[in-house]
Amino acid sequence: MSYLLKKISDLRTLRESLQKSREKNKPCITICSGTGCQATGASEVVEEFRKEILNQHLGEEVEVRATGCHGFCERGPLVVIRPEMICYTNVEKKDVYKIITDTVLGGKVIEELLYQNPETKERIIHEYDIPFYKFQQRLVFGANGEIDPTSIDDYIATGGYQALEKVLTEMKPEDVIETIKRSGLRGRGGGGFPTGVKWEACRKAKGKEKFVICNADEGDPGAYMDRSLLEGNPHSVIEGMLIGAYAIGSEEGYVYVRNEYPLAVTHLGTAIEQAKQYCLLGKNILGSKFNFNIKINRGGGAFVCGESTALMASLEGRVGEPRAKYIHTVEHGLWDQPSNLNNVETWANVPIIINRGADWYNTIGTETSKGTKIFSLVGKINHTGLVEVPMGITLREIVYQIGGGIPGGKRFKAIQTGGPSGGCIPEGLLDLPVDFHRLQEAGSMMGSGGMIVMDEENCMVDMARYFVKFLQEESCGKCTPCREGLQQMGEILNRICEGGGKEKDIELLQDLSWAMVDTSLCGLGMTAPNPVLSTLRYFKDEYDAHIKEKRCPAKFCKDLITFSIDSEKCTGCGACLKACPVEAITGERKKTHSLDMEKCIKCRACYEACKFEAIIVQ
Amino acid sequence: MPVDLEAVCEIIERHGYQKASLIGILQDIQSRMNYLPRKALDQVSKSLDIPITTIYEVATFYKAFTLEPKGKHTIQVCLGTACHVRGGGRILNYLENRLGIKCGGTTKDLAFSLESVNCLGACALGPILVVDKKYYGKINTSKIDPILRKCKNSKLSDSMESGI
Repeated sequence: MSYLLKKISDLRTLRESLQKSREKNKPCITICSGTGCQATGASEVVEEFRKEILNQHLGEEVEVRATGCHGFCERGPLVVIRPEMICYTNVEKKDVYKIITDTVLGGKVIEELLYQNPETKERIIHEYDIPFYKFQQRLVFGANGEIDPTSIDDYIATGGYQALEKVLTEMKPEDVIETIKRSGLRGRGGGGFPTGVKWEACRKAKGKEKFVICNADEGDPGAYMDRSLLEGNPHSVIEGMLIGAYAIGSEEGYVYVRNEYPLAVTHLGTAIEQAKQYCLLGKNILGSKFNFNIKINRGGGAFVCGESTALMASLEGRVGEPRAKYIHTVEHGLWDQPSNLNNVETWANVPIIINRGADWYNTIGTETSKGTKIFSLVGKINHTGLVEVPMGITLREIVYQIGGGIPGGKRFKAIQTGGPSGGCIPEGLLDLPVDFHRLQEAGSMMGSGGMIVMDEENCMVDMARYFVKFLQEESCGKCTPCREGLQQMGEILNRICEGGGKEKDIELLQDLSWAMVDTSLCGLGMTAPNPVLSTLRYFKDEYDAHIKEKRCPAKFCKDLITFSIDSEKCTGCGACLKACPVEAITGERKKTHSLDMEKCIKCRACYEACKFEAIIVQ
Repeated sequence: MPVDLEAVCEIIERHGYQKASLIGILQDIQSRMNYLPRKALDQVSKSLDIPITTIYEVATFYKAFTLEPKGKHTIQVCLGTACHVRGGGRILNYLENRLGIKCGGTTKDLAFSLESVNCLGACALGPILVVDKKYYGKINTSKIDPILRKCKNSKLSDSMESGI
């Protein structure tokens, strides 16, 4: 259906009629179809539901809706039956028939598909009672589980474009900027710059035309909230950009999105087309004389393009090399014109602030950081997924209450925040309230919201090496401190992990780090030493063990460990023998096996295969 | 291999001969031809009036582009942080050993290309392997050989000679 919304009242009428036509109590089966759940077979589940509903002639009574990411990726594919909010986890195609007959028609709950608390073994029926969801505050992310991201009607029916309506009828651009400033919203992409201040500077800057840009080049490994927002609720980002463009005085917007996110590109493209059909994008939007259009640009796979000046260079079709920022992009950005760049999550916060007011938004969070933040809680954690929490929540609450602790009874070692520019926070600081200021104090940063949990089996020297290697590959090479500094740090860390570390290496790493912090051209180089500095600050004993004793306490670094078989525990079951890709393990059935270290490539296949803990790593 | 220059021109036309669309044009050529053939780049240079050196600068800067033909099957190992802490690096090492190529390389018979990616955002499934766009989650070294064998048996690679 296509509507020409010529004036603001048309949008209101459309919303009211959509809301009236939707019965609140009509059963609706929502299936998470984010990338994570799709990878575990959600598309098949959706298809099966549609087929079965058709077969049983239930099309009128029951709705099937493929939604965006619900966040609880660990237990996907997820199915939530509304309005009761019965949540089924790890749903497979074969469960579909039973769900329809037993739950949707019969009103009975299927025990074995419910979430089970790993400790108490208690089964939980409703989504909102599952600890993973219970302790979250899902302002930005909440609609993801409710709407079909490919339907603009779904978005409008749930109050979408209401903020735009308000801005165009009641607010001058200056009022919008004032509201955003008062709300205390800070950039969610990593920098944490006050959004309203940025908008104001861009509005005041002189130029032929102005641009608003959405940074969806989500490069931090282990962070995927921006992708999930674009996939699951693209209109919220478009609405945010519309409001920003109105406030700044821009008629042209760009979304720079990672090419590795095909579903996000598709959903955003569909959303833009729909918004155009409804005249919510284009000329004379809702009859207000305000014009605005959005184009999508796919990134080329360069991490540095998340940096604003590099991103703008890339938008112009050039290599993504940053430039010095003494001239601000809000004055001279894309095509040398005033340009305002914000990240996906920042844009998605804007409609909420406009709808509910700066004062309300101000009540959430801490003194320096307002609102909520979406984190991707990943790594060695029971409940992997996306969590949205108020700023100021402690790391312990995130890891243990929401995340459900560490799998396999292992011990928590550290949590890494802020991506490659961030740092590792140790167990002793688990009660740290999470906000921009406190994370920085602890030697890390908010970044875009990746939280990677590590347990006792992760080596902290190796983590530093991992990030340095990542940045070494991603450094654009323009300035010497970053290019050469990372190269040297990489060599030193390799040496330490391989058992060739020298006593003076730690001092050398520190010197190199400070030189990079002080002299690099852009944020990538300036923050690149953070993983090294933070692991040196909190885990120096691990560096010492590698250098002085040639020992990896986590038993991770390949060159510092050996494998052998415990003759007392080995039952001769042959599992390791089968798993070994290089035939390093020999032995007859039911007799103790032996392992030839000459042949062993230390791939850990045997360690993972053994059920009797008979493989010893030393 | 002959290069379909008509397709290249069509892509350039679709982008409205815009110099600013260079990256988008190269992406479309890459996804159509699996790599960026020299002749295609010459055509882009001519049509957009951009020096070939500038095109090479862009084509070699971004990770999405390759100047060498890729194999029939693309294997991607995710090395995002979440996959790394769950052993993604070991998966890559294993595949390098098994295929006899380094990350970024292609087997001589053009059957497999091995790549690493910086986070696919499916961290709950880590470590992840993507073979021809199909995701394999929670992978360990013992699960890899059957996947490679499945590729070998697929119709795509009848003439494949890799020692899998």
